[in-house]
Parts: sequence; structure tokens; C-alpha cells
Amino acid sequence: MLIAGDISSVELTEACLRRIEATEPYLNAFISVSAERAMQQARSADHAWVEWRRGKLTQQPSRLNGIPLAIKDVLCVADITATAGSRMLEAFMPAYDATASARLRAAGAVFLGKTNTDEFAMGSSTENSCYGPTHNPWDQQRVPGGSSGGSAASVAAKSTFGALGTDTGGSVRQPASLCGVVGLKPSYGRISRFGLIAFGSSFDQVGTLTRTAEDAAILLQTLAGPDTFDATCVPTQPPNYLDSLSEPSDLSGLRIGIPNEHFVGGVDAEVEKQVRAAIKLLAKLGAEIMPIRLPRTEHALPAYYLIANAEASANLARYDGIRYGQRQHGKDLWETYVNTRKTGFGPEVKRRIMLGTYALTTGYYDDYYLRAQKVRTLVKQDFDTAFDQVDVIAGPTTPTTAFKLGAKTEDPLQMYLSDIFTLSANLAGIPGVSLPCGMDENRLPIGLQLLGPAFKEKRLLKVAHKFQLATDWHQQDPLVEN
Amino acid sequence: MLTTEEVIHIAELARLQLTEVETEKFRGQLSEVLDYVNLISELDLTDVDPTHSVITKHSALRKDEVHDSLTQDQLLKNAPETDSGCFRVPAILDET
Repeated sequence: MLIAGDISSVELTEACLRRIEATEPYLNAFISVSAERAMQQARSADHAWVEWRRGKLTQQPSRLNGIPLAIKDVLCVADITATAGSRMLEAFMPAYDATASARLRAAGAVFLGKTNTDEFAMGSSTENSCYGPTHNPWDQQRVPGGSSGGSAASVAAKSTFGALGTDTGGSVRQPASLCGVVGLKPSYGRISRFGLIAFGSSFDQVGTLTRTAEDAAILLQTLAGPDTFDATCVPTQPPNYLDSLSEPSDLSGLRIGIPNEHFVGGVDAEVEKQVRAAIKLLAKLGAEIMPIRLPRTEHALPAYYLIANAEASANLARYDGIRYGQRQHGKDLWETYVNTRKTGFGPEVKRRIMLGTYALTTGYYDDYYLRAQKVRTLVKQDFDTAFDQVDVIAGPTTPTTAFKLGAKTEDPLQMYLSDIFTLSANLAGIPGVSLPCGMDENRLPIGLQLLGPAFKEKRLLKVAHKFQLATDWHQQDPLVEN
Repeated sequence: MLTTEEVIHIAELARLQLTEVETEKFRGQLSEVLDYVNLISELDLTDVDPTHSVITKHSALRKDEVHDSLTQDQLLKNAPETDSGCFRVPAILDET
């Protein structure tokens, strides 16, 4: 419609901004909204479409030209504060775009604002943000998941057409599941991490939150690809993620593995029922379903928390009040460091820095950090073995639907357990997608997780797209305004 | 169970300072998490190599070319305190 000029980017952007204004009092999904800049971007996008229709451009603008999007506040957008949900970076104003933001900008996308996140992306509920929690659009007494909870909630509430998130242990897929949207975490190395505020650098990956798998494919097409600013971003050009979506073929020949370990104790009966029904539907669409084993699922979580927090403790050492971020003066340098960090970080961040520091301490390094890295090798081998037999792995994204605000804030371990099925993909560096596949008796969304071998995003997106063509879970809308 | 001294020691290593209440709370929570992560001690990991990164195949070298970069002004913009184009920091050495 944008291409034909039936609707303008200005109209779309105005509609989104109005929707944000109407839903923010209920959701708190945004940390900042940049209405004026968004309108400017929308006007230039409209101008580009007009030029295109008049034949003045040699190349058609991107499909994203003029599309309003939101960006998680751990990714830098030039001249808009990037807080990472932390007091530490309350006033931090990046001078440059993250590569992900830059690619969207170059494609002509409109940036509505920056979305709420657990502080430094550390959390599974968006309750650890110093800007207050985000509420789940389906039930405002419940969490949206996290850490990309603001992005997931804003997409679910139709405040934006899509959003960027980041996924270190499930931070895109888990909130997508809890908010009933599509959350794609690409393979480690597929999207540049340049300009992403670091948490666990060997896991962190930029991902997308959208309503459909097709939208995820459109965004990934723009975001993926080599970047000289990120040495871990692979040098290979991405394939065309969109062409296979329009193929009329069903899922014949596709082997889908079901790990028994993802249906064990702790998985809510209703979640299991709906996910099994979704798998049955995939079989009906032509896929061959077979059981597989992921024997180290139970050990993946401890290994993940040790490595991620060890990396976090090193990454967050940079917040010392010297070069950027807040500074709290002390009588000497030591006291300045301590005062700055004491007041700048919230409790969960402190807890994780402490755990990570402990795991790296002489005397514990071998027992914790090194052992965890060896377990990581085994987890990766589990997936390698599984992908010798199957093309895709399917199961629930999370053990339960959205939980109540405050239910797990005082019990870190219970909170960590909500990522049990997502974080092994980060240990192995493989891609995963969560898509809505049902509702529980309280009308809370349930997510189906699909995992694939490294760099097989295209395969996952095709399966997800075929599933969405056969279902209407992604077309359900929450009633945000009571 | 971690001791109070251990918690204070880790906090110092991480340049954090906890209140007494925080120290006790973290002592319990971190001990519980550590008990849980001890699950990995039961695995036989002889002859298993550690994985530091899943990206091992390509060289990270790039061409050594001059590009535009951020200006000094832009880089200092976020600094808590600057002086004559430098970051200003509290005294490190005792002046006496």
C-alpha cells in the first residue's frame, strides 16, 4: 500500500504514535518516544515513494521504507538516549547508530522510540528496568517476559509494526511467547552486534519481534550480513529469506524432532497440550515428526548462567564513571568507582556481576567457568547429533504462560528457569523462533519454539510462515484499554 | 553456603559496596544459585574441550584503511567531567 501510495508513512507513523499514547499508560513499553524525529523520517520516506512513482529513482526503495519500528533501548540510535534500562546510562547519548539501527535507517524505516528492557538485558520479565516494569498487553497484572519485554508488548499492542530486541538466553523468544508475537533470534554471527550494549558477548544476538514470520524475514533480510565493525559477524552474505515463503510447497520431506527433555516436569499441562497440537498440525502440513534427545538440557541452564554472568561481570567493569555514564564522586578514585557502581546498578545486575566475578575468581575458575565452557561443548554436540537426524527441532518456548508481576522477583532461580528451553540455542549459537500457537484458559498466549542448525534461519522462517498460513493465533488482539 | 566475608570480598573485587541488608540477601540468593549450578559438577568432562565462542572458522582481520571516525567532541560528550579535551578523573596518586 505504501508502494502504491494508498497510504503514507506519515499516516502510519501518526497512527502508531496515537496508539502508543493510548496504550502507554497501561503498558509502559517505551523508555523514550521520539515523535518529532519519527515524523521527519516518515516525511522523507513518503518523499522517496513519490519520487519512485514518478520514475525519478533508479532503484525501488526498500519494503521497509516508511515502516514505523521500535528499537530496544540496548541498541544505539544516534542522538537518542540509550539507557539499557539502567540508571547508570540515564543520560547516555550515543553519537552513532548501531549497525542494526543504521541498516534500518538506510532502508528508510521510521524509529518510533526505544523500548523498555530489563537493566542491561538481564532478566526474564522486564521488571528489572529502572524505568518501571512493562505490563503484558493480554493481562496487565502479568509480565510481558524479558528482557525484550517492551518490544514484545508494543508489537502485541499494535503500537508498532515490528521491533528490534536482543537475545542472550531467550530475551527475544521468551517475551514473544508470553505476548503472542513472533520472536526471531538469528544464529550468533548473523547480525552485527556493533552498537549493542554488551551483556554476554559470546551469546548476545540482535533479533526481531513482529506479528508474522514474513515480517521477521523482511527485517532479517535488511539486518543480516557482514560488518567490519563486528569481528564475530560472519563474512558470508545472507540468502534470500523471502523467496521460499511464497513457494506453494507444503512441508513434505521436512523432519521435525521433538525432544522429550522439553516436555518434562515444570511444563504447564495447557502449554504442553497446545504445543503438541501445533506439532500435529505441522505433521498435517507434511512434516515428518520424530522423537530426539537433548540429554544435556538440564545442565545447559547452570552452564549458561555461569558463562553469561562471567562475561557480564567483565563487560560491565567498563561502567566506572570515567568516560561515560553517571559518576558519583568519592574522596578518591576507588570510592568514585564504588559509589558510581553502587548507585548506578540495580539489584539483579549486582547479583549477576557478583556471580560472574565469583565464577572467575582464582580457585573457582576451573570448577565453575571452565567446566561451564566444557558443558557448552556438550550442549552444542547434542544439537549437532540431533541435526544429523532432523531438520528442525520443535517444543514449547517457555514452560508456562505469562506469570504475575512480582511473582519471581525475589527468587532469582525461579526467574532463570523460565529460560530453560531457550538458552541452549545461545550456548550452541543456533537460530530459534517463537511463534504463537495457542492460548491457555486465561487467554494468555502460548509459544511454539522452532530451532534449526546454525545459519538455517530461512528454513525456520518457512516452517513458521506455513504454520501461520494455517492458523490465526497471530491475528488475535489483546484488549489493552479497559 | 557463602560466608558474609566471602560476599563482601566478591563485592570488593567487583567494585561494588553492599549494605548489610543487601549482603545478607545476596548471601542467601547467591548460595542458592551456586548450589544449583553445582549440577554441572556431576558430569564427567574428561577430554571435553571448552567452547569459548561458536564462531571459530573465519579470520577477523580486515584491511588496514583510514576511515572517518567520531570527533573528539563527540566522544567526550558523554563524559562525566572533561578538561581541555581530556577525561578528568579523581586523583590517583596521593599528592603529599
